[in-house]
Amino acid sequence: MYSFDPTEEQQMLVEAVNKYAVNDLRVAARDAEENHELPGKLVSKGWELGLLQASIPEAYGGFGERSAVTGVLAVEEMAFGDLAGTLAVMTPSLFATPILLAGTEEQKQEYLPKVIEGDWAPYTAALIEYAFDFDPNDLKTTATLRDEEYLLNGEKAFVLFAKDAEMLLVYANLDGKTQGFIVPRDAAGLSISDECEKLMSLNALPMYRVKLDSVKVPAANRLGGASGMDFEPVLASMRLAAASAAVGVANAAFEYSKNYAKEREAFGVKIAQKQAIAFMLAEMRTEIEASRLLNWEAAWKLDQNHDDAATEAYLAFTGAADMAMMVTDRAVQILGGHGYIREHPVEMWMRNGRGFAMFTGLAIV
Amino acid sequence: MPIEFETPKPIAQTQFVLKTVAEEMMRSKSRYFDEHEHEIPWDYIEFMHTAMKAMGVGSLAPKEKGNGHDGDEKKEKRPPIAYQVLASQIEALAWGDVGFYLVTPGGGLGAAAVQAAGTPEQRAKFLARFAEEKPTFAAMCMTEAGAGSDTASIRTRAILDEKTNEWVLNGEKIFVTGGDKSFTEYEKLGKGFIVVWASIDPSAGRAGMRAFVIEAGTPGVRVTKLEHKLGIRVSDTASISLVDARVPFDHILGSPTVEKTTTGFKGAMATFDATRPLVAASGLGVARAALEFLKEKLTEHGVQVRYGLPRQKLTNIEREVIDMEIMLKSAWLMVIKAVWMADNRKPNALESSMSKVKAGDVGTKITQKVVEILGPLGYSREFLAEKWFRDAKITDIYEGTGQINRLVVARQILDYSGKDLR
Repeated sequence: MYSFDPTEEQQMLVEAVNKYAVNDLRVAARDAEENHELPGKLVSKGWELGLLQASIPEAYGGFGERSAVTGVLAVEEMAFGDLAGTLAVMTPSLFATPILLAGTEEQKQEYLPKVIEGDWAPYTAALIEYAFDFDPNDLKTTATLRDEEYLLNGEKAFVLFAKDAEMLLVYANLDGKTQGFIVPRDAAGLSISDECEKLMSLNALPMYRVKLDSVKVPAANRLGGASGMDFEPVLASMRLAAASAAVGVANAAFEYSKNYAKEREAFGVKIAQKQAIAFMLAEMRTEIEASRLLNWEAAWKLDQNHDDAATEAYLAFTGAADMAMMVTDRAVQILGGHGYIREHPVEMWMRNGRGFAMFTGLAIV
Repeated sequence: MPIEFETPKPIAQTQFVLKTVAEEMMRSKSRYFDEHEHEIPWDYIEFMHTAMKAMGVGSLAPKEKGNGHDGDEKKEKRPPIAYQVLASQIEALAWGDVGFYLVTPGGGLGAAAVQAAGTPEQRAKFLARFAEEKPTFAAMCMTEAGAGSDTASIRTRAILDEKTNEWVLNGEKIFVTGGDKSFTEYEKLGKGFIVVWASIDPSAGRAGMRAFVIEAGTPGVRVTKLEHKLGIRVSDTASISLVDARVPFDHILGSPTVEKTTTGFKGAMATFDATRPLVAASGLGVARAALEFLKEKLTEHGVQVRYGLPRQKLTNIEREVIDMEIMLKSAWLMVIKAVWMADNRKPNALESSMSKVKAGDVGTKITQKVVEILGPLGYSREFLAEKWFRDAKITDIYEGTGQINRLVVARQILDYSGKDLR
């Protein structure tokens, strides 16, 4: 059957996330962006919503079951508040969720409780590389097996909270396949840039370059053990996180510009009463809906282990990146000159909007 | 029920049959009827009527069963899916040929109006005929030369003759899809009807608008013209004139008196909330036909689409194909959501119009892009791509143009009336 009703639990969760997004994240977003810092309390409060904790079974210290559908609902709602804040709150998932999906029993036992039992702690992952043709399935960072150890070589970019991280999940190319490796931050040969990445947006987030110079990783730390992991569902989950965050940010821009258009007068009427503006808004709303439904379907397929779940997630992600650019650009356009001023959030959302095409690896559902 | 995207069994089970029908009965004749406009595809009509009767489907119009209208209790409590089934069937038939789909016997938009705005007695009286011996059609007459999307400026008048208790209608209707087959009495067809929109009180504006069921052959009503069109040529598009056409009193859909509200008009618009996603579905059927054809040709020529690669690594053709798939899939989900809402009696004016906006865009863009990418193969009448390009264009025009639907969407999201946003 087809159905578009979230469960009662999901609705309650979405409402709780919405409150946090609107009352906390949104309020703090501009200062965080300008001051290059997210208040620690803000992130802990988001962590206490328990999104990751609720996706991990009791056996590993959590209190629920992972659902990509629930994930996309929650991420969209949180990103409606602020993208940087959302990525910060969810950073530990980058480490934990792939372990949950692809780790060995020992790896789950060892790491999952550590990540989720206490306060928010910077467990992170390193996927992105600094290259125009970066491809998660064709990494330049390599892993080579030598004497029952893996040697990691290469450089990672945009690594969230790397400086304070306890552990990193590093993705590397092993015989042509992307594999994950659990690496402590103080591993010999691993160095982290002094300065943070300087990007067009997400300035509130500390992101770093991570160099790997013959970093030795014990065989037991390869995600999934000796036989390794299937990267496809992990990548699909990352793409869906980016896609649902894109819908959230786009929706924020849509709502804001819609409300502005209903207030702002020109030529004796509200500008929303002009078809030129009204039609833009209608198209924004339509494309947001299109993306959202594609995300939901892909997430549902992922939860059902459908054969084409990964392709669906790829299509949802690719579409959402375009949609977010279109919608956030139009939000700025609707505000006109005011949209260009940093007093309004739309310019920030437009900078976010361009990023989704390259944000695979910064979040996971 | 939680969020779910499993194709319902009744839909999945008929997909194969519909595909066969589309290929054998429609595609094989697509070109002939495109080039012989105004000929009637009797084989198709008779085949479909027989097949639908055998399947116990009297009409493609949403039936009372499972729709909750007549309060008939189902044995099991399954969620209603009548509109979902219908949207899927229409998509599948339009994949075969969107013009042929319009020539599928059954109630079409005329029956949909009776279904949406009629009393139980009217539904019983007018809808039973579609399950009878001969294939039967019904059509909706709304548009006039001076009133397209602006349906409130309809000039056709209906005046009650109190002596005979009949309505007397005068006016000129154009662009009546299937008007000829619904009204003209062909030997091979059952007696159909047309649903004519007219004003019973022009001073009341929209509040005075009503629909009237007019039986085929009614004196004073005449098919005056069959249009020559860009596409969907197998489907007749009629002009119908009404000169002192007399209609029994109980053929009015909705209240015969005018209050100064717009409920009568809103009744008409509610019909469109139900039917817009269905027309959207037909646009997506053509679009899927075109996209699948393109992919076949690409495969024949050894061009692979590498899903999963970042955009920067894709060729232009790969990007185009992937973008078209995104459009098509998401537009289909919007249709399904809109009809799912209709099935579950959730107000769907916004979703219904959004699905039409999106499908109108997607149908035209994909068919245009496919012709472009196929180059001379796309432009040649040897293949059907160029025909689908012409056919698909109508789906962004009828049942509300893309622009009028944007207006409806905008009013919904802005919480504006027609006065606030003209």
